[in-house]
Amino acid sequence: MALLELNNLKVHYPIRGGFFQRVVSHVKAVDGLSIQIEAGKTYGLVGESGCGKTTTGRAIIGLNKITEGNVTFEGQDLTKIAHKNQHSLRRDIQMIFQDPYSSLNGRKRVLDIIAEPLRNFENLTKEEERRRVQDLLEKVGLNPEAAFKYPHEFSGGQRQRIGIARALTLNPKLIIADEPVSALDVSVQAQVLNFMKEIQKEFNLTYLFISHDLGIVRHMCDEIGIMYRGRLVEQGNTEDIYENPQHVYTKRLISAIPNIDPGQRQASTQARQHILSSYQQDLNNLLDPEGKPLALKSISSSHQVALP
Amino acid sequence: MNTESVLEIRDLTVAFRIKDEYYPAVDQLNLTINKNEVLAIVGESGCGKSALALSLTRLHDSKNTRIEGELLFKGQDLNTLSPGQMNKIRGSEIGMIFQDPLTALNPLMTIGKQIEENLDYHTSLSRKEKTKRVIELLENVNIVDPKRVYAQYPHELSGGMRQRIMIAIAIACRPSLIIADEPTTALDVTIQSQILDLLKQLQAENDAGIVLITHDLGVVAEMADRVVVMYAGEIVEIADVNELFNNPKHPYTRSLLASMPGANVGQESLHVIEGRVPSLQNIPRGSCRFSERIPWIPQTHHAEHPELNEVAPQHWVRCTCYQNFHFEDEVGDGKEIVLNGIAGTQ
Repeated sequence: MALLELNNLKVHYPIRGGFFQRVVSHVKAVDGLSIQIEAGKTYGLVGESGCGKTTTGRAIIGLNKITEGNVTFEGQDLTKIAHKNQHSLRRDIQMIFQDPYSSLNGRKRVLDIIAEPLRNFENLTKEEERRRVQDLLEKVGLNPEAAFKYPHEFSGGQRQRIGIARALTLNPKLIIADEPVSALDVSVQAQVLNFMKEIQKEFNLTYLFISHDLGIVRHMCDEIGIMYRGRLVEQGNTEDIYENPQHVYTKRLISAIPNIDPGQRQASTQARQHILSSYQQDLNNLLDPEGKPLALKSISSSHQVALP
Repeated sequence: MNTESVLEIRDLTVAFRIKDEYYPAVDQLNLTINKNEVLAIVGESGCGKSALALSLTRLHDSKNTRIEGELLFKGQDLNTLSPGQMNKIRGSEIGMIFQDPLTALNPLMTIGKQIEENLDYHTSLSRKEKTKRVIELLENVNIVDPKRVYAQYPHELSGGMRQRIMIAIAIACRPSLIIADEPTTALDVTIQSQILDLLKQLQAENDAGIVLITHDLGVVAEMADRVVVMYAGEIVEIADVNELFNNPKHPYTRSLLASMPGANVGQESLHVIEGRVPSLQNIPRGSCRFSERIPWIPQTHHAEHPELNEVAPQHWVRCTCYQNFHFEDEVGDGKEIVLNGIAGTQ
């Protein structure tokens, strides 16, 4: 059984307007998304800005209200559990945020930032708490002395590791990583990505990895879902998506990855233009009357595409 | 190949004041930018690439910044011009494209007016001619419905459209030099490739020189003719783009390439550069600035006063440490180590 299962998830934001600010319409940010994530695996959710990938992550953890559909975590339907009873589940799902500069409270010491989840769930003495935090800091490769400093004293990569340490405090099973390295330099990015892989092995973590960078997703993920206008257009393992993309939207995303070999520049520009023209021609045939992708169909045991 | 230069930078030092002392963020930099060339400047945050770009247009806060050296643009030294003279050049002969198009555009002005503003200042076109030129510019940057966009405000446009507007403003007066500071960093990959194609096309049409500042080596491989790699305020390597990707020399360049997920497909872990970029006050000046990031290379392999040396025609590398460089987990025998993703092209 999958650790996390999204079944026909919908998140609609109301648009208010007119007389008395009534709800006049909805933005369908996520509109019928179904995903299964196996324990210990990394699932990459990819798409352009506005496709609903961040909304999905936030809806799973309860930061956005779910309009319709189910989120099943370890067999329990999160949408059916009353809010006050979700407390214990919150331990098992944690989040790493995109921007390490705004996701850490600048007025708290690192100790207080990392210990906050502990204080919510466990009754520890000050001494025990400090030891737990310092163990975690060592695990993420920071000096235990760092516990008594403030976030502004750290570099971007170090801050992101503090964010990761905070996500790890309660030994979660699932971590939702929303663009965890987009704000970082290449070399720091490598550091954080390597580290995320290491702790995944050590703690048998499951990741939902949300990103728009296809190079990083290829490096990190086992399974990948390509999102477009709130639905998946294609889903498969890394090889399916990168070696054998079927949907024209996936092809277009992949062709847009900068080619690292300058000698191939001409060829990749041509290939890109070719795919762009077929994208413009074909895309409308691949959408339903509402402009959303069609339902997914299996083309192999691991690979599903939204084609008619 | 046309090698007429647009801008010559001689001994440029840009120093920022911290507590009454000036610390150079760009240190004695020499560089020539040619006509019809895309020169990419690559490096991590804090390497001085943006300080360099802002000094080319003299946009620094003059109270806390000291700029020394010569910036020869068409025979005149930009560094000695008065602010008024500089205003004439900025926007007409030197165009700028900034990273974040939302903060760089005025939210209270229509798109048409913002582009016209540039023409108002630098040309004497009549109102009709200006409108015509603006529509033409919007067409040049591939805006689909230019007449409609003309009357819209920045918040009504998507990020990619806004960046196109920025580019339209930058090229309004057909500048001979365009400075693009991370032009695609805030954009999606598909939009990024469109913007890069657009820049390439405009450059070919206008014969301009482009200084492309970026931290993304993928963008460099797609766009640049020549590449400058900067570290801690210094150039560590200059080479033609093919040469740089196929035959990188300086340890920093090689480390950067090894840490890219895109260039190392199928590798379990990525290369990590030890330590961190030194802060402005703590740059080890006088010796090889990269030496503390590669501590396993003995000090004797570094030059005492590292200079840029021409190791192959038009390929310059700083310091001597590249000759015996190897990554920490490899045996050092001085042999070339071929990077995974690039191996196929050699």
